[in-house]
Order: sequence, then structure tokens, then C-alpha cells
Amino acid sequence: MQAFNFSGISASGVQVWRGERHVLRGVSAAAAAGDCLHVAGPNGAGKTTLLRVLAGLLVPEEGALLWGGSRIDSRRDDYAASLSFLAHSDALKSDFTARENLRYEVGLRRQVSAAEITDALAGVGLAASGDQPARSLSAGQRRRVALARVSLSAAPLWILDEPFTNLDSDGQGVAAELIAIHLDAGGAAIMAAHQPPSIPRHPARRLDLAA
Amino acid sequence: MNRVSAAQAMALLYRRDLVLAFRHWDQVFQPLLFFAMVTTLFPLALGPELDELRSLAGGVLWVGALLAALLGLDFLFRSDQADGALEQLLLSGQPVALLAAAKGAAHWTVCGLPLVLASPFIAIALGVPFSALCAVVLSIALGTGILSAIGAIGAALTLGLRRGSMLLSLLVLPLVMPALIFGARAIDAAVLGDSARGPLLLLAAMLVLALTLAPFAIAAALRISAE
Repeated sequence: MQAFNFSGISASGVQVWRGERHVLRGVSAAAAAGDCLHVAGPNGAGKTTLLRVLAGLLVPEEGALLWGGSRIDSRRDDYAASLSFLAHSDALKSDFTARENLRYEVGLRRQVSAAEITDALAGVGLAASGDQPARSLSAGQRRRVALARVSLSAAPLWILDEPFTNLDSDGQGVAAELIAIHLDAGGAAIMAAHQPPSIPRHPARRLDLAA
Repeated sequence: MNRVSAAQAMALLYRRDLVLAFRHWDQVFQPLLFFAMVTTLFPLALGPELDELRSLAGGVLWVGALLAALLGLDFLFRSDQADGALEQLLLSGQPVALLAAAKGAAHWTVCGLPLVLASPFIAIALGVPFSALCAVVLSIALGTGILSAIGAIGAALTLGLRRGSMLLSLLVLPLVMPALIFGARAIDAAVLGDSARGPLLLLAAMLVLALTLAPFAIAAALRISAE
């Protein structure tokens, strides 16, 4: 098990406008090594927006994103390499098999062997479906492949948008265990979820966003 | 942990896009058929006089190739945006400009190269002498390259719009007009037996300019579209 050397990220005073709508009003969030941050709030409270800001995809109108104590603006690519983002969509090419999807997606970040991909697929309970085209997988199976991508990324920071969506209770357990192992290794996780997540060994810190 | 160099990432992304494209043959054949179709319309409209067609061949080939290559541009980033793969590319930690260049190269291979390969046959059908075919191929190759590079900027900019393809044409076509002028001139010169060297060199210069600057513009446009 590799141990991460993660220096922590923090965002303070984040303000985001979407057209006429003031989505995030001075939100602050932080995650250090081993932290699990649960972003909660009703629909439309800006959970996804906050995660996209933290991932560096969305530049906030105001507020700073600090990584290891300094702003990320000039080192966006390095910052991106240190995080893995699970968006609402699974980012799977429906013409590719689960295995091909992982090879091409993870392969952009690091050298990944076929054996690692097989292990990761088995780890999310898809040992038998790795060679099916993604379009023939169910929504829950696709979510599992996306989780396998995150776990293969070897990034210290995981940003997960509704990681438990579409998963059955077994799948939710698998996802929680993956996150727990990641936190054990000194990684950090920030997730948006409607239900408080129960991550083994790691109670989540809660950040409530008002509607 | 073994990080992947930018060159390796580019090669992987280029291969990914080619494999994806060849699982959808229509993407490869549609621009090609369109090119053949448009260039067939001219003899039908103008009459089958080879002398007349020959004098128009440069313009016909270029307009046909530009419109055909434009057709494929809309595919370039749209499917990646729809399934969320674009966000993952932006967050891959690799220089986005280089990834954009790899995607543009794959797009040219799928949409531009078939047009280049088909151009000598269509040129012959339009009465272009064999001695001018070399200039035809070079001119169309450089031209489709320029269109892929500049067109990718337009494709990235119009990504956020639901019906961006019309706007895409309106944005891109004016920018490739200089290339059209010199490209068609090169073919005309070769048809008349003159040297096509001058206009071809100018086209090559335009291609180099587009290839060096476009990736950065595409990367910036993709980041904006992903917000």
C-alpha cells in the first residue's frame, strides 16, 4: 500500500455566480491528509458547483483555492494530476469495454498494467463484465467502473460527486471500503451526498450548504 | 509511481480517438461521400465540358473539401463533452494544449486524410491533367490541416451551445478564406502548367502558424466550455 504525501487543500470565501443566481456565497472548505469531508445540502444548494471549484474546473468569482499553502492558479496541471474527480456522469465511452475505458482514462495519468485493471475491476465486483461494452452495463455497473477509475488514479485527493448514486447496497459497501482504504493510506476525500456516508474507520466531517 | 510523459499521453489519446472513430464508420465515410457528392454537382450544373471544368477544378475541389471537412468538426469534442470525458481530459494533469493537438491530429486523420486520398481521383474526373495531381494532393493536404487546426478552435468555442454547428461554420469559414485563395490558386497554376510552388509554400506557412498557435487557443476555449 503506497502512502500519500498530501499537503492538504483549502478554499476560503468562495463566491460563484451562475448568471443571475448567486450559487456559492462565501463558502469555505478544507481537507487534509486522512480527511473525509461530506458536502451536504438540499438540491440546488451548490454541492456540485463547490466540487467543481475544488477540482479546479470552475474558477470562482471570488475566493482562493490553496494547495499546500499556495494558490493553484499557476500550477493547475500539477494540481489536476494530484486529484481524481468522479463527476455526476461516469465519463465512460459506451463503445469501449470497461477494461478499455480504464486503460485509456488512467493511462493518461500513469502507466497502468492489464493486471492492475483486472484487480481494480474485481475490486468493484465486475470481474466478469470487464470485456463488455460499457453501453451494455447497467447504471450501477457503470458507476462501479467509474469508481475503479478513481481507485486506479493513484491521486491523493478524491473529489466524488454522489459516489453512491445507482449503487445497490453491496456496491455502496464496496465504494465505502475503497474510500476507507484510500483514507488509511493518507489520502483525502471530498464527497457530495444526500445521505451521510458511513465510511468504515473514518467518520466524515460535514459541511452544510444552505439553499 | 510512473507518471506518463506528455508525448505518451498524446499518443494514447490519438490512438483512443482513432479506435473510437473506426467503431463508427459513418464518421469516416460521411465527409468523404459529401466531398464526392458536392464535386459531382458542378459538372451537372455547369455542363460536362472538360475545358470549362478544368479551369474551375481548383475552386471546386477546395470548396468541396472545406465543406466536407467542416462536417466532421462538430464531432470533435461534442461526444467527449456529452459523456464527461472532456472533464477527465482537463483533469488528467497533462498539458491541455498538447492533448488538444492530439485530438486535432486524430480528427485530421479521420476526416481530412480520406479527402486528401480521394482528391486526385476527383481531380481527374474534373479534367485536371496528371502532371497537376501532385499539386492537388499537396494543396488539399495543407488545406485540410489548416481547417482542422482552426476549426478545432471554433468547435471548442461553440461546445457550450446546444445548436453550435451553424455558428461553427460561420466562425470558421471566414478564417480559412486566405487558405482557400492560395490553395485554389496553387491548383489553377498547376493545371495551366505553371509552378505551384509559391502558393503551396504560403499554404505551408499558414499551416505552421495554425499548428503552433491553435492548441493554446483550443485549450483555453475548452476550459471555458467546461465551466
